[in-house]
Amino acid sequence: MFRVKEYVKAGSLEEAYQLNQKKSNVLLGGMMWLKMGSNYKMTAIDLSGLGLDKIEETEEEFRIGCMCSLRQLEQHKGLNEYFGGVFKACTRHIVGTQFRNGATVGGSVFGRYGFSDILTCMMMLDTQVELYKGGIVSLEEFAKMPYNRDILVRVIIKKDGRKAAYVSQRPSKTDFPVIACGVAKKEDCWYVSIGARPGKAALVKLTAGESSLAEQAQAAAEQFAYGDNLRASGQYRKYLAGVYVRRLMEQLKGEEQK
Amino acid sequence: MNIEMTLNGKLAKAEIEPGTLLLDLLRSLGCYSVKRGCETSNCGLCTVWMDGVPTLSCSVLAARADGHEITTLEGVREEAEAFGAFLAAEGADQCGFCSPGLIMNVLAMERELESPAMDEIREYLAGNLCRCTGYAGQMRAIEKYLNRKKEA
Repeated sequence: MFRVKEYVKAGSLEEAYQLNQKKSNVLLGGMMWLKMGSNYKMTAIDLSGLGLDKIEETEEEFRIGCMCSLRQLEQHKGLNEYFGGVFKACTRHIVGTQFRNGATVGGSVFGRYGFSDILTCMMMLDTQVELYKGGIVSLEEFAKMPYNRDILVRVIIKKDGRKAAYVSQRPSKTDFPVIACGVAKKEDCWYVSIGARPGKAALVKLTAGESSLAEQAQAAAEQFAYGDNLRASGQYRKYLAGVYVRRLMEQLKGEEQK
Repeated sequence: MNIEMTLNGKLAKAEIEPGTLLLDLLRSLGCYSVKRGCETSNCGLCTVWMDGVPTLSCSVLAARADGHEITTLEGVREEAEAFGAFLAAEGADQCGFCSPGLIMNVLAMERELESPAMDEIREYLAGNLCRCTGYAGQMRAIEKYLNRKKEA
């Protein structure tokens, strides 16, 4: 059970950052994961009053505030039109509508959870995270960084012309994924992201070659490490990854030829 | 700490502990339709609307409701009764424990989606679990409820 002694609605990022430097304090996202732990925290820091719950679209990029809900990603017209509906595809199976109305982008990305559809989906795109003190770093780099007490302010996704597709496999609808795959293509480069291996999402870049898509997909899938857990074996995940990456590559290739 | 919110159209003031969940606050204020279910954000039993958006009250600190508008089943009684009659007619409310959360989400869906297809309905309501009915009766009830205006 999650318990907290004090609640502070931060008036500024600096105030939130200062409070968050104490290990006994905690930043609140949607609280979906947090509340399931048996934690006793001194101060819960709420960012919901800082206007970080908006998705802004400019000529060059999408800027997604950390307090945006997963439902906002799912429903945002601009994001989904530009990236071929991948944000709807990666969020629609996450529990239910009410859950997605609560869970936040900041919580999902900062947590760098192995099961995260969001991290997998964003990883295949030209995505950066803006940290309050750490500045702007690529999501790929951020995923490898150790956890610290900084604040993820927003996620920035560049409009670089990537075409993208996403798929996940789950034991049953609304469950955690057994494997999550994202493939994006820009010119002759494939960006392959695989999550729920069960480790957190990672990215592999490949130059589209002369070999068949099945061979290219296999080559991409081979570059990730897979593990066993109660949901699936590493061997099964590796097999699934090869199949899904090929299907996504075929989908993108087909769309390119239209 | 003290908070103020609009609960079912009326101003409600409460003194709460910082860690109080919205679910517990609402029940303490007499909104017994709000049920504690899985407490893992999966079952949808505790669904209420926060500023009109279906929300899991087991996953929100009551402090976050300060200054917001909260609606529970008690605040949409007439609509709930109307849809509840469709559930009853289809035998879709066996133990009834999940019904308040389901009704709140169906009414939210009705406001949000125009003429949803069955697949869209299933997807919207995927976060409302029912261990009795097998969902078939619920789906029939929802379909008939949403079509009632066309048939009238």
